[in-house]
Amino acid sequence: MCMYLHLESMCAGEENWVDSRTIYIGHREPPSGTDAYIPQRYPDNRIVSSKLIIDTPTSPITSGLPLFFVITVTAVKQGYEDWLRHKADNAVNQCPVHIIQHGKVVRKQSRKLRVGDIVLVKEDETFPCDLIFLSSSREDGTCFVTTASLDGESSHKTYYAVQDTKAFRTEQEVDTINATIECEQPQSDLYKYVGRINIYQDRDEPTAREAFSHSSDLRSTETHFDLQFSMLYANTKTKKSYCIPIEYVFTDKTGTLTENNMEFIECCVDGHVYVADAICNGQILTGTVGMDMIDSSPGAGGKEREELFFRALCLCHTVQVKEEESVDGIKKGLQPCGKSSSVYISSSPDEVALVEGMKRFELMEVLSFDSVRRRMSVIVKSSTGEYYLFCKGADSSIFPRVIKGKVDQVRARVEHNAVEGLRTLCVAYKTLAQDEYESVCKQINTAKLALHDRDKKLAEAFDVIERDLILLGATAVEDRLQDKAADTIESLHKAGMKVWVLTGDKMETAAATCYACKLFHRNTQILELTTKRTEEQSLHDVLFDLSKTVLRHCGSLTRDTVSGLSHDVPDYGLIIDGATLSSVMKPTEEGSSGNYKEIFLEICRNCSAVLCCRMAPLQKAQIVKMIKTSKEHPITLAIGDGANDVSMILEAHVGIGIMGKEGRQAARNSDYAIPKFKHLKKMLLVHGHYYYIRISELVQYFFYKNVCFIFPQFLYQFFCGFSQQPLYDTAYLTLYNISFTSLPILLYSLIEQHVNMDILKRDPSLYRDIAKNSLLRWRIFIYWTLLGVFDAVVFFFGAYFLFDNTTFTSNGQLMTANTNMMFGNWTFGTLVFTVLVFTVTLKLALDTQYWTWINHFVIWGSLLFYIIFSLLWGGIIWPFLNYQRMYYVFMQMLSSGPAWLGIILLITISLIPDMLKKVICRQLWPTSAERIQRIRADKTFERVFTYSHDSLLEESQLTSEA
Amino acid sequence: MMASSYNAKEEDGQLSGAAGSGGVGAGKSKKPDNTAFKQQRLPAWQPILTAGTVLPAFFVIGLIFIPIGIGLFVTSNNIKEFEIDYTGIDPASPCYNCSQTLTWNSTKPCVCKIPFTLEQSFESDVFMYYGLSNFYQNHRRYVKSRDDSQLNGDASSLTSPSKECEPYRTSDNKPIAPCGAIANSLFNDTLTLYYINPNGTESLVPLQKKGIAWWTDKNVKFRNPGGNNFNLTAVFQGTSKPVNWQKPVYELDTDPENNGFINEDFIVWMRTAALPTFRKLYRLIEKKNNMIPTLQRGNYTLDITYTHFPIQCSDYPVRRFDGRKRMILSTISWMGGKNPFLGIAYITVGSVCFFLGVVLLIIHQKYGNRNNSAEIPN
Repeated sequence: MCMYLHLESMCAGEENWVDSRTIYIGHREPPSGTDAYIPQRYPDNRIVSSKLIIDTPTSPITSGLPLFFVITVTAVKQGYEDWLRHKADNAVNQCPVHIIQHGKVVRKQSRKLRVGDIVLVKEDETFPCDLIFLSSSREDGTCFVTTASLDGESSHKTYYAVQDTKAFRTEQEVDTINATIECEQPQSDLYKYVGRINIYQDRDEPTAREAFSHSSDLRSTETHFDLQFSMLYANTKTKKSYCIPIEYVFTDKTGTLTENNMEFIECCVDGHVYVADAICNGQILTGTVGMDMIDSSPGAGGKEREELFFRALCLCHTVQVKEEESVDGIKKGLQPCGKSSSVYISSSPDEVALVEGMKRFELMEVLSFDSVRRRMSVIVKSSTGEYYLFCKGADSSIFPRVIKGKVDQVRARVEHNAVEGLRTLCVAYKTLAQDEYESVCKQINTAKLALHDRDKKLAEAFDVIERDLILLGATAVEDRLQDKAADTIESLHKAGMKVWVLTGDKMETAAATCYACKLFHRNTQILELTTKRTEEQSLHDVLFDLSKTVLRHCGSLTRDTVSGLSHDVPDYGLIIDGATLSSVMKPTEEGSSGNYKEIFLEICRNCSAVLCCRMAPLQKAQIVKMIKTSKEHPITLAIGDGANDVSMILEAHVGIGIMGKEGRQAARNSDYAIPKFKHLKKMLLVHGHYYYIRISELVQYFFYKNVCFIFPQFLYQFFCGFSQQPLYDTAYLTLYNISFTSLPILLYSLIEQHVNMDILKRDPSLYRDIAKNSLLRWRIFIYWTLLGVFDAVVFFFGAYFLFDNTTFTSNGQLMTANTNMMFGNWTFGTLVFTVLVFTVTLKLALDTQYWTWINHFVIWGSLLFYIIFSLLWGGIIWPFLNYQRMYYVFMQMLSSGPAWLGIILLITISLIPDMLKKVICRQLWPTSAERIQRIRADKTFERVFTYSHDSLLEESQLTSEA
Repeated sequence: MMASSYNAKEEDGQLSGAAGSGGVGAGKSKKPDNTAFKQQRLPAWQPILTAGTVLPAFFVIGLIFIPIGIGLFVTSNNIKEFEIDYTGIDPASPCYNCSQTLTWNSTKPCVCKIPFTLEQSFESDVFMYYGLSNFYQNHRRYVKSRDDSQLNGDASSLTSPSKECEPYRTSDNKPIAPCGAIANSLFNDTLTLYYINPNGTESLVPLQKKGIAWWTDKNVKFRNPGGNNFNLTAVFQGTSKPVNWQKPVYELDTDPENNGFINEDFIVWMRTAALPTFRKLYRLIEKKNNMIPTLQRGNYTLDITYTHFPIQCSDYPVRRFDGRKRMILSTISWMGGKNPFLGIAYITVGSVCFFLGVVLLIIHQKYGNRNNSAEIPN
């Protein structure tokens, strides 16, 4: 579909002019003016479909009331959110915008914008989305925009006006434009927009055709926005259900393990090494700090190279200088607009050179960075009229394209730096002749004009241009480890999780970081699966070698499995790079890839730490998927901070985003967002552990209590001629799950803490208690179910024997002297139900190990509520009911001695097996958490009686070390 | 040892792992409040169930339950009970003829006499029950086939009973009062008891028919229509009797306090039994004189008068569904009627608890110390 946009006029003043295409659908407008937009939530109709039984034994109220309850709660919640959204929408829809009509500026409410209106945006204004950038007050037709309202990225992005319209600068001029815009259909990618503008000078013939790509407009229609969010929401929804315990942790390196705060360490020009201190003074002190100098005194040629090198650094980036009144302002006006990978040359060793560079060179083209090419280039024209292409990028992407320069020396230096854990960047250049430049321009422009596959064509063009470079040198910057990153990784290891680091960095750098953050220890035996090795041997041999090594270790491991994972066995660490990985994953004709994959998985399974370097973003997701779908189906967690981690975050069961420097992409796509990597420790070891304990109790208790509830009903059918006669009264059927037994388990699943937070944090091995989903296995589930069945049988047959064949009667002393009254079926049901409610609640009380006042309130309150409700329900002839079957049933039951005795007896019988199981298991096969509880309890006991001053803290530390 | 401890936590008030505050547009912080509840730092009592803690509980349960059980068992055993089946399956049974359909002249009621002997005298008040077997009073469609509004004296329900009563809702285009299957199947055998004096003469044992229903049923739940109008014939004008009844509801008894819907036999019948074998209170035999037992040991005759069903069948027809009819005489105690189950169950549970207590004690002694000592030196 094509959209035609009629542009009537165009204009400019001090401001940026933007044309608009706005579509408002309902109140779905994203409130672009605020940071805190409300995510679109669709009502989730997770309402249990009611059974279609022709002849239902329960009244409509019984089944209807819980349904009504659920619907009401949902409706109120949705309604409230809708109302909030409506308010936010109103605020946005009514915010004023300036548009151009007949050469004049008119103020309008933003909701009255129509497609084709031309909008005037002033500096620091928030403006509606879906605009095409026509013209700017700046000479070069650029403007800076932050997209914080859309994606939270606050960095300034440069946008370029459409070439043919940037000349229209005043209101009157703009008014004269007559053009149509052709563009593609709305799509979900927020940052992409491809279209073509046709400008008509006269009636018919388009005089100029200009293509614009994503850089020349700002867009995101409401529909997209919704799309985007419903998708995310769905993701979140489904993923929440995987509730921990994590077995594999996949982490990004840069920005996740490290600060992503680059510090300039050194550079190497033509083999001469310069360290940061020397440069930071603003002067380049050659020679003074050379470390690995190959040429001790750089000659005149060296000087020239140096100059070129720094010039390249100065020019080859997208750092922009905003024009301020005074020259002093230059420094603070530095606005990094670069994409994620650009190195910030922060404080100004290059200030002078930079300004010089800006003066002497004219920027002609930018071949912007992308993660596939791993490099970027600029083409500049010097004042002397020469054309230069400066290129910088990862060593692996530069070296193959270099034909001249001291490649070996620089390469050696780069490798040395990488081993130190520094991030390296190589710089190269080439000169272009006039005609070369023109052909380059042509190539790029053709590619840019393409409506389809523009990216692909651009990439091809770039590939051709960035060839035959001359190597200038390399820089090295340090990216410090985040606070407590090593501690966190170590804890995760101790907790039995396998940590994988997935990074785009080169192997040496990444390996150094991994040692620094204790992913690998000194005694870790490193297995390498890299291109270097596979060049020597075939992949097949390498894989088999490694698996042999690992299996030997595995054999010794199985002997130790009884005592858990022993620390004495040497750890294995695996390093694999992207290229090897893809060949492992690649399916071959013989179908042996499955085989490779299996061997690879087998190796991975036995390595506690794996480092994957040189990974493309998609490969990260591939790896996660591979592990996720391997035969044990482990639960995976992925953590990352940048856009390149999004795929992996989405792929893993649990995705965690770090809100770092690289925008909110990762955080937006994640299930949980945290500010620092170190928070992962508390999140997994403490909250993860708690949540797991709580959710497993919640799930199993729900099954248990409903088995207890329904199984007597089932048994009763054998005694009522299979006539579906309900055992319990309607009110009890309805309220059992929504009020009598709901709050205690809700509270349990909110605040249960079997072990204190600080102990969990201090002793990561406690996490192994819940490893491999130990609390939600079949064994445990069957135990709970059997317990439920047992209890149900006790309830039912207990009541049965009380009623059957005997005169179970009440001494109605309260009513009349010495009468003996018979009990009917409703009393029978009420007796069973009373025992049921008490047993089920007390069972939870036995499970609760953390009694706050709320627990007391809720547990005893629930029982009290049941009694009060029953008294009330049976105490009145309810006028609106057509049956009075419960009238005085509860009171009559309570006035009978045997009923009391029976209730107490049955509750006791039901609770004994579980209590016994708990005690015996704790005594004979305690989990680590239970040991700790025990020691703490003993300690408290001793402290009370001996006034010992040993702090609990020390004691538990002692245990954690044990 | 008391394995519990109070614990008030002092966590570093740092942000919990959950979604933190917005990094960029930090206008509104999403940081949870630093309250004890939201930071999960509420002071708590942390009891632990260990063998040491649970041991005393088991012993205490054992020590309490066993005496209660013995008490219950003894009490239950002291209760005297006599039961006699009068269904009349056996051709030798006096009731065989009466229980056969169409074998007797349908114009006059059939009476059968069953002699029996009480080996022991019943000292205290005696309760007389009728028992039915294989009678599913708890069948769903049976249980709901009643109209409580009608039984509560509601005038409109009297003339147009609830739909639940179908197919016993109307008869001859007149509403049935009381409607429904439960009322329709009212037990209508008349039981009378004669003591055979040593000299051979029969003397009627006085049976009291009031005070057998719940007080609340009799006085609140069941009400005759028409308020205080005692002329029930007029009140029930325009209604029809249940199809299986011989007499209309206002002729159940001559005593106006026990007639109509508030007839106690009727009320007792309307409380549907929980299980297919049940007994219902029929009459009371009150102790008159402290010197004479309520029922002396000796010979008795039970007279069963089969009420005449004009159309379908003879007696209260249980033979068609393999039912049984019984008459039970029983004394009661503080804990109600004869109930050996409760006593036995208490004794069993008490003993089991005691035994488990001993087992736990052994485990505790044997393994309890090992755990503690094994962990710490490690």
